[in-house]
Amino acid sequence: MDRRNFLRAAILAGAAFTVKRSGAMTVLSQNMNAAPAASGAGRFDMVAVMGGEPAAMFRKAITEMGGMGLYVKKGQKVCIKPNIGWDKAPDMAANTNPLLVAEIVRQCLAAGASEVTVFDHTCDDWRKCYANSGIEDAAKKAGAKVVPADQESYYRSVTIPKGKVLKTTKIHEAILNADVWINVPILKNHGGAKMSISMKNLMGIVWDRGFFHKNDLQQCIADISSLDRRPALNVVDAYRMMKTNGPRGRSEADVVSSKALFLSHDMVAVDTAATNFFNQVREMPLSDVGHLARAEALGIGTMKLDKLKIRRVKI
Amino acid sequence: MLRKIRIVVSAVLLTLITLFFLDFAEVLSIDWHILEHLQLVPAVLALNGIIIVALVVLTLLFGRIYCSSLCPLGVYQDVVSRLRKWTMKRKNQKRYKFLPPLNWLRYGFLVVMVGAFVAGLHVLVGLLDPYSAFGRMTVHLLKPLYQAGNNLLFSIFTSFGNHTFYKVGIYLLSVSSLIVALVTLATVSILAWRNGRIYCNTVCPVGTTLGLLSRFSLYQIRFDSSACTLCGSCSRNCKSSCIDFKYMTVDSSRCVTCFNCIDSCKESGLKYRLPRKGERWVQRAGEAPAVSARKKKAAEAAVSPMATPTMATVQSAATPTNEPPARRRFLIAMGVTGVAVARLSAEITLKLGAKKDVKRTRPIMPPGAGNFDRFTELCTSCHLCVAKCPAQVIKPSFLDYGIGGMMQPMMNFDHQFCNYDCTICSEVCPTHALAPLTKEEKHHNQMGVVQLYLENCIVYTDETSCGACSEHCPTQAVHMVPYKDSLTIPEIDQAICVGCGGCEYVCPAKPWKAIFVEGLTAHQTIELEFEEVEEHVVDDFGF
Repeated sequence: MDRRNFLRAAILAGAAFTVKRSGAMTVLSQNMNAAPAASGAGRFDMVAVMGGEPAAMFRKAITEMGGMGLYVKKGQKVCIKPNIGWDKAPDMAANTNPLLVAEIVRQCLAAGASEVTVFDHTCDDWRKCYANSGIEDAAKKAGAKVVPADQESYYRSVTIPKGKVLKTTKIHEAILNADVWINVPILKNHGGAKMSISMKNLMGIVWDRGFFHKNDLQQCIADISSLDRRPALNVVDAYRMMKTNGPRGRSEADVVSSKALFLSHDMVAVDTAATNFFNQVREMPLSDVGHLARAEALGIGTMKLDKLKIRRVKI
Repeated sequence: MLRKIRIVVSAVLLTLITLFFLDFAEVLSIDWHILEHLQLVPAVLALNGIIIVALVVLTLLFGRIYCSSLCPLGVYQDVVSRLRKWTMKRKNQKRYKFLPPLNWLRYGFLVVMVGAFVAGLHVLVGLLDPYSAFGRMTVHLLKPLYQAGNNLLFSIFTSFGNHTFYKVGIYLLSVSSLIVALVTLATVSILAWRNGRIYCNTVCPVGTTLGLLSRFSLYQIRFDSSACTLCGSCSRNCKSSCIDFKYMTVDSSRCVTCFNCIDSCKESGLKYRLPRKGERWVQRAGEAPAVSARKKKAAEAAVSPMATPTMATVQSAATPTNEPPARRRFLIAMGVTGVAVARLSAEITLKLGAKKDVKRTRPIMPPGAGNFDRFTELCTSCHLCVAKCPAQVIKPSFLDYGIGGMMQPMMNFDHQFCNYDCTICSEVCPTHALAPLTKEEKHHNQMGVVQLYLENCIVYTDETSCGACSEHCPTQAVHMVPYKDSLTIPEIDQAICVGCGGCEYVCPAKPWKAIFVEGLTAHQTIELEFEEVEEHVVDDFGF
């Protein structure tokens, strides 16, 4: 190999390296610049992105927010909780997009996380859900540990001091053992709760969901969202959304390609915003989604989006 | 050499068949169910011509290779015999001796099995089929241990941060089937411990049927009278107690071609071979080939006063040497069906009022069962479907299908529900009592019908949101409709219910569920209509 070719190869390799790692590199550089901040202290209260692919929208959103380093510190154990509730393929919009989950895993690891675990307490057979949602494979390839949640022994009892109805419940150890956790719901219509977004996604961290359904579902969803160990970040996947027959869905007719993503530490705010987004396709008054107002009453977050610093980006 | 091959083949097959039953993690591909399809009774019930012909030809050529290697219950008995050998103090202790066949018993059991099938007492067919007996032993006794072992490994590995194993729920599926499995295990084990393969030659109808064929098989173990020294080692090593060395005969109807005799004979006095010219094709105990006077004398000297030749004479009764009968529909099973049909016609009215005790009145047959007659007639209760169901929602019945259908599988939604896309039970069923379904067929197969008792429903009683039932419904046969204020309440459309039990499993109402699945005497096909896909353009945030 002559010198010219060698240099050419070296330059190309270098360029390829930057291209491949640019997303993570942005985050890393910002991590170094940003002063250590408490969780939730992003540049904005919420970032909403539209028009991109799942991973690209997340990269954009987290960069706008101030970088993953705000939420995940070096050496921390991170838990990511997508919605993997159903034995459905990604295009049926019943589960969180696997590409998004994988990107979040990569970003957490790039921010220095010592371990990233992924789980969900599924409704269908967990092995089929994990496999057919594409999430197990994508998350593992990105470097996460995917752990089961189908046995009561994985859960530990936790008190919910602010809970009105739900005073105590069993929560998955992956959440309890993590230093920080990230909630990654998919935007769906829900027959009982009306909408299934970030607060409803918390039903997948508890063992006894029957209690919720039996004792005022909307209040219990608000109560579980008031737990002390709240998600540092909520990433609402609205790349595809389920407009009807949720949360399971029957056919492609229930799915809308909406190419959006919302990011916030405030579950009430992000669920309010996502419901408004959903409302454009199918009427869904905020007052119908009972857990929103109840969660606001518990002081979990705010439904008053006009008071918030929201960054809207279209890519 | 032949014996060593036999041992290796049998060990491999027994391991694979057992593992296939135990393997909940799908380590073995589901295609291995072919091993179960090779079993004789399932092949006959499934009218699997190729396998039946193959097994008949195999037996006519080489004897009861099936009993020796293919039958898991047979190989299990060899394991027990081997265990006993290891526990024996003296290596050359006398183990077996020639015994006359117990013809009344063995043909009796065969008649009982055929009669039970005709009479609709399918429970007896299942009890007597060796493969099904083995299946039940594995599912009810070994599988819980296997799962417990898995859970132990899970604890160990997980404590080191390794997530190769995952924990599985261990459930007591059925007390009656557990007892049956225990009794079978005890009976077979004790008989094998004491008398080797006596179960196969006395109780097992499959052994008896194949014995009728192997009597005429081409290759048999035959004496070589010039080499035999009448030492009796072959008889002492014959698990089937079918070698009468004094007369140099092997009762080939009872010989399971284990080749232990050949290995034990130091003089090459026995060979697995074709009949020689002038030699009797069919060997009969007590009818000796031409034996030299010297040997006859030696034989008489060796004969104990108890075992006289007359006692050893075999009455080879002329029993019909036919295959088990072809499949038919039997009216007797209809008696049980009649009760079920009467119950079906009992109208279920929806009256709102006090909470109501709701219970299934008919069992739900697993996917692919078709109708009650067909299903109960073909199922031998091997419980392979019970073992292979990933959700563990199939469990053995007790008297739900009537006495004749005892132990046959039914759906149970206490711990899980039937996965909409899963067809494993119907694929593995070796008798086709559960006919194989494609995913598409399964989506349209109605195995039960949803029943809704609104007076038990949380939305009705507490006026709070729920929707758990509708959430789990794959076809939205249960869907939520507007109720008071912004509440929604379930509504059912029985015409599109598949009976998966998702709603029943998840319904949080206590003590009585508001929704459950009622069984059917015949599965139905449902029509599913889907909404048109509409184009939605979302180009704004909406907030």
